[in-house]
Amino acid sequence: MTTTIAPRRRRGALAKVEARQALGFASPALVGLALFTIVPVVLSIVMSFFDWPTFGERTFNGGANYARLFQDPNFLPALGNTLVFTVLYVPASIALSLLLALALGPRIRGRGALRVLFFIPVVTPMVANVLVWKMLLQPQGLFNGLAQTWFGVELPNFLADKNWAMIMVVVMSVWQGIGYNMLIFSAALEQLPESVMEAAVIDGARGFRLTWSVMIPMISPAIFFATIMTMITSLQVFVQPQMLTGGGPGNATLPLVMWIYNQGFKFQDLGLAAAGAWILFALIIIITALQFGAQKKWVHYEH
Amino acid sequence: MSTDIREPLVLSDPEDAGDVEVERTRGRAPQNAAGRVRLVFQHVAVYIAAGIFLLPLIYAFFSALKPNGEMFAMPPRLIGSEVRWSNFAEVFEYGPFWTYIFNSLFVAVAGTLVVLIVSTTAGYAFGRLRWKGRDAVFVLFLATLMVPAEVLVIPMFQVMQWFDWVDTFQALIFPFAFTAFGTFLMRQFFRGIPYELEEAARVDGAGAVRTFLRIILPLSTSAVAVLAVFTFLSFWNSYLWPLIVTVDYNAHGTLPVGLASFSGLTGTRWDLQMAASIISMIPTTILVIALQKHLVKGIAMAGLGGR
Repeated sequence: MTTTIAPRRRRGALAKVEARQALGFASPALVGLALFTIVPVVLSIVMSFFDWPTFGERTFNGGANYARLFQDPNFLPALGNTLVFTVLYVPASIALSLLLALALGPRIRGRGALRVLFFIPVVTPMVANVLVWKMLLQPQGLFNGLAQTWFGVELPNFLADKNWAMIMVVVMSVWQGIGYNMLIFSAALEQLPESVMEAAVIDGARGFRLTWSVMIPMISPAIFFATIMTMITSLQVFVQPQMLTGGGPGNATLPLVMWIYNQGFKFQDLGLAAAGAWILFALIIIITALQFGAQKKWVHYEH
Repeated sequence: MSTDIREPLVLSDPEDAGDVEVERTRGRAPQNAAGRVRLVFQHVAVYIAAGIFLLPLIYAFFSALKPNGEMFAMPPRLIGSEVRWSNFAEVFEYGPFWTYIFNSLFVAVAGTLVVLIVSTTAGYAFGRLRWKGRDAVFVLFLATLMVPAEVLVIPMFQVMQWFDWVDTFQALIFPFAFTAFGTFLMRQFFRGIPYELEEAARVDGAGAVRTFLRIILPLSTSAVAVLAVFTFLSFWNSYLWPLIVTVDYNAHGTLPVGLASFSGLTGTRWDLQMAASIISMIPTTILVIALQKHLVKGIAMAGLGGR
């Protein structure tokens, strides 16, 4: 973005006026942010060191909540489930949406309409999307119904089977989120400098080679961005397992956020829930930092 | 600066996305037969993929028109023995569906207004005015973007109890209307506006409020529109926070929360669940179709997310 440096023209009095005006303009945001972000963040740290029921007596318990996390029968499984979901979901989502963005190249007729179509599940209420998939995945639903009538094959009970339930949560999530990354990649592909593309074609690059050796490296900043964002959101997965499987069977699809929700609002143990939330935050920071560390190896910045 | 993950996607001029000239050169027809065959093949592949992708939605739509007893008939059929449009009407009799829709609309519109006012004013203060400590405060703003909502909802619920706001519209609107994202977006956009325009107005005697309202805002309608659409969508679709802060779903439930509780209430009425789901998808689908160009632009501008 172009930035013009304003000429130095202000003197003391004028600068003071401007500072006062700035305070006026910024104060709604400052007050709101203090009240609804800074205070909760500080409060959350405090709560995580307290025995803090929704109603009733609060007592300081040192780091006991953090120790209790690891004794909780569901915490480590929830952590594991969140990681499994992320490991399955992020590569699948990035690869498929990239493939889709490449396939929806400028020569495809009606690609504008197709893009909108792939984007629809991104913006429709997730709860509605999940309900649709829940119907399809019923033992009597469309998928099993078709498999039986066409091939005489009985499919597993997807949502009640320990191994299949997580896979279906991932499949449904890929379906609903694919359009978002596709649009990011499409926007990046459209901005590829024509001169570079033409030079590559003149040098004899075609088809797969042009895509793999020229286009993908050139949009690698967008791929990096999308990967980071997708990873952060997938570590926060909640609605899909909550509605599709309720975290089950057993705790096979219970993710960390659902564990936090359950501790805080079902079992009324806000202190333990806050401690769990900080572990999630630490996890997000660590994984994001690792990705930034690794980006030198594969992300190319041209400018 | 390669550490700013948003930077690679910020366009120098947002109007450039989907540049016509690029389209023309890269979109030219293939010159040989092999190229043409490949292009036909590519079309077939893309349309098949789109068809598979759409299948859940199409099947859900037709399921919403079936009698409930035929939802899981074997073999599966797209159209039941009769087409029951009355299912869509029955949704509104079964639960307070109109209330959910109204609540969602009210919360999303009010929330969007708050976000727009707060983000544009703060963006102006951070992007165009000079004051001591501005950059330090701005860094603090950006740092809050890293805190996930899951960390915030636990203490936020406590704050709502202190305010006595649990189960109110304020609690649905305000807590997540002050995130730094909008301020960041508007600041970036405002900084791209040439200073000479503002200088001229200042020389003519206009104050900060006037230059903001008369010059900066009118020049920023596209950025404001993008922020408005994404904010509306994120309020419209948000689920975790409304689920926590709403007690009486019949009074303050928004559409996603209502839809979820609706599915519990109706038990096995899959026909109504599908009808309700389809109804809840209609407004956002229309919004996306109407504003598709802006959505692409908005995502290119900042990769900003709905949820």
